[in-house]
Amino acid sequence: MIRAFHRWPGLLALGLVTLLALSGAALSVFPALERIAAPQSETGLSVATLAARVQAAYLGVEQIRRAPSGQITAYWFDAGTPGAAVIDPATGQGVASADPNQTERWLTNLHRSLFLDDTGRIAMAAGAAAMLLLSISGVALVARRVGGWRNWFVRLRGPIAGRIHVEIARIAVLGLVLSASAALWMTASTFDLLPDIAASPAFPSEVSGETGRALSGIAVLKATPVMELRALNFPARDDATDVFTLKTRRGMGFVDQGTGVTLAWAELSGWAQVSEVIYTLHTGQGAAVLGLILGLSALGVPVMGASGALVWWAGRRSRPRIRGNRAAGAAQTILLVGSEGCSTWGFAATLHAALAKAGQAVHVAPMSSFAPKQYSRAERFIILAATYGDGAAPASAKGFLDRLAALDHPPAAPIAVLGFGDSGFPAYCAYAQAVSDAAQAKGWRELMPFDTVDRQSPQSFARWGRNLGLVMGLPLELAHHVMHPKATTLTLMSRRDYGAEVQAPTAILRFALPRLSLWQRLTGAGFARFQAGDLLAVMPEGSPVSRLYSLASSCRDGFVEIVVRKQAGGLCSGQLMALAKGDTMNAFLRPNPGFHPDRGRAPLILIGAGTGVGPLAGIIRGNARKCPIHLFFGMRHPDSDFLYGREMPVWKAEGRITRLVTAVSRGPKASYVQDVLRSDAVEVTRLIGNGARVMVCGGRDMAAGVADALTDILAPTGLTPALLKAEGRYVEDTY
Amino acid sequence: MKSLLAILALSTALTAPGLAMARPVTLTTTLTNYGGDGAYLAFYVTDPSGTYVGSLWMAGGKSKYYEHLSDWYRATGGDPAQINGITGASVGAGRSLEITLDLADALFDAGYTLHVDAAVEDMRDSPNEVAVPLTTAGAGTAVPGRRYIATLSYDM
Repeated sequence: MIRAFHRWPGLLALGLVTLLALSGAALSVFPALERIAAPQSETGLSVATLAARVQAAYLGVEQIRRAPSGQITAYWFDAGTPGAAVIDPATGQGVASADPNQTERWLTNLHRSLFLDDTGRIAMAAGAAAMLLLSISGVALVARRVGGWRNWFVRLRGPIAGRIHVEIARIAVLGLVLSASAALWMTASTFDLLPDIAASPAFPSEVSGETGRALSGIAVLKATPVMELRALNFPARDDATDVFTLKTRRGMGFVDQGTGVTLAWAELSGWAQVSEVIYTLHTGQGAAVLGLILGLSALGVPVMGASGALVWWAGRRSRPRIRGNRAAGAAQTILLVGSEGCSTWGFAATLHAALAKAGQAVHVAPMSSFAPKQYSRAERFIILAATYGDGAAPASAKGFLDRLAALDHPPAAPIAVLGFGDSGFPAYCAYAQAVSDAAQAKGWRELMPFDTVDRQSPQSFARWGRNLGLVMGLPLELAHHVMHPKATTLTLMSRRDYGAEVQAPTAILRFALPRLSLWQRLTGAGFARFQAGDLLAVMPEGSPVSRLYSLASSCRDGFVEIVVRKQAGGLCSGQLMALAKGDTMNAFLRPNPGFHPDRGRAPLILIGAGTGVGPLAGIIRGNARKCPIHLFFGMRHPDSDFLYGREMPVWKAEGRITRLVTAVSRGPKASYVQDVLRSDAVEVTRLIGNGARVMVCGGRDMAAGVADALTDILAPTGLTPALLKAEGRYVEDTY
Repeated sequence: MKSLLAILALSTALTAPGLAMARPVTLTTTLTNYGGDGAYLAFYVTDPSGTYVGSLWMAGGKSKYYEHLSDWYRATGGDPAQINGITGASVGAGRSLEITLDLADALFDAGYTLHVDAAVEDMRDSPNEVAVPLTTAGAGTAVPGRRYIATLSYDM
């Protein structure tokens, strides 16, 4: 819901808001320039002294104005010719032209009214309102995404466009809210919708009729410091009934030109004072630094507009059409989807298509439209649920748990819950788990045990689909295509084989870097930019589903390297293991920014077993800055599957790795990587205390074992893997 | 065409018989290229003693800026009733404003003066930009203003 309030105003007002922001940012420079250029008056200078200096220089002076920046301008009339100048308060002499800056004037008119007067003002006010709406809805979305206000500045992960969008937003939003609300206030003031009329006392009906009192003899002018002056109007030269009109920060009044007596005075109303402050806040007039900050905030708007539109477009492109969706009352299978972006909808569409092909009547709907009374023919419920932020319900699942809790008894048809998430986040599939738990607590019969799909893995989804097929008694092949780029053909340069002796045939496969187009070079698309830890999605012959392998090289190495272990009956691993030098394979890149090393100098603890050492070896090879790296590596036997065993001593000598600790699971002193971690507890605790980041790569069981071991090791310090995960200091890449 | 009859009838300066006879008068105002935003212009008439009689036209729609037309504002206290129905848009630099009004005959050759106050955002206020006596002989003669008005003339 909030997302809709963010998306549609954003897309509709994109152009207008961008124009507002860019012109506003350009305008923000002027107050600072004026502040620098304006000759400032000495402290304690009184209006009387200033006025006398100006009058000495320009006998026919009519008005003296002081801008909030401190710039003083005088307007005079001499020998029938009007004159004006910026005044040096020290001398009363003109030092610069008082003509308005034409560029600033042009920009101001563009910014406030598109040169369309009132129509344009209303349009620009609508733009400001859109900006305010976008800021507020955006703040709500960011707070939800990062899991609460406390995590406002938490490290972000995910696709680059979304990250840029949020990174800029969480810094710029304060300035934008300020600018937009002030803009709305100023528009309301311009259209006389606010009672902020400047105070103006009635013109005195009686004056002394005398003229010619010296400025130095007027008490109120002597008592008013120039700092407080807004404007001083001199009486018309040949009109004895005219008066001095004095405007200050506090109010305005009339002063007799003969006696120097203040004839009338009106204080500024509260509303008018608020308007003055808001004018300062918005224009930066008299608050140049603030103006520059607001201008910088505004500069973020076009970038956010572009990245936001990209996020929307990427989501839209990946949103599938569900054809032949059946009505709720007519369906045997009720498929409910809880999705924040659109990726889970993609899985739902695949499942829907497969079930429909198998002759099932399926109703697909968001979880938020859960209405048990409608499902009169339901035989089973399937729930596909993503998680948002810290275990919160995704957008299309709002209210599901409440509605479930309100039921007297659960639906008769059984339920299966499949969670989608990213195991790199602490609250992995937490919402789906909550749904599963709530269903269980309600006594809802289970169709299949709770399961999860990590990082949109098509393999996991296909495996779950086969199990669902078994339960339903129909063959179900879920070939889910994550929207992916065109595959590139990679040619094998070399391979090194390991592990045959320990019944774990494994190979390090090194492919040549494919030729890049100029466009790819410029934009970093395709294989132009990747690093160890990113994923290579390999497309095996005879299957539309790609298999993910962690990359053990970066683009700077000049080759594409993965570590593959032959799986029993594995289609893709079988094909890869059969490759000889010069053979080819189709694949594309999937960025995996969550599993990149940080740029900082903090030590790294790398933990991997078997093929999981691949990306870790890639990180070590790329450690040209010699950041301290400690590798804990589990293998079966050093003589057979010590992957990168030849390189390790070289890397050590080059300072790319500080320490290598191995665990060997075959032989007399069998140990696993979690065991060597435990025996190294003191050093591990010390490193983590020094800010070390932990990166784990390998099978799920190993990762679980490592997490348990670290929980025990860190217990005395009060830290846990979950806490480290929340800080982005504990990341896993498991399979 | 705007009728000034109703407005001037409110004033005590003119008597009823005078009002019976009126003629259309065209006021043509051309501004200089002063290099600023649109000018606010207040057209009004004073009697032989200099007392405000009534307004003829207000170019500029936002009442919050009227205080910058200081002579007019001083005479009327900014009373919106003075310009009710005779308000138009501000006039851009270098542009012309032409207004045709029914003016009472009694205003001519009787010591009445036509005044224009002018003001431009971020530029000087120019009260009494133009003050020209209303005479039948003076009709058709272009008069320059002090700062913003290049020429002002009234034709009968």
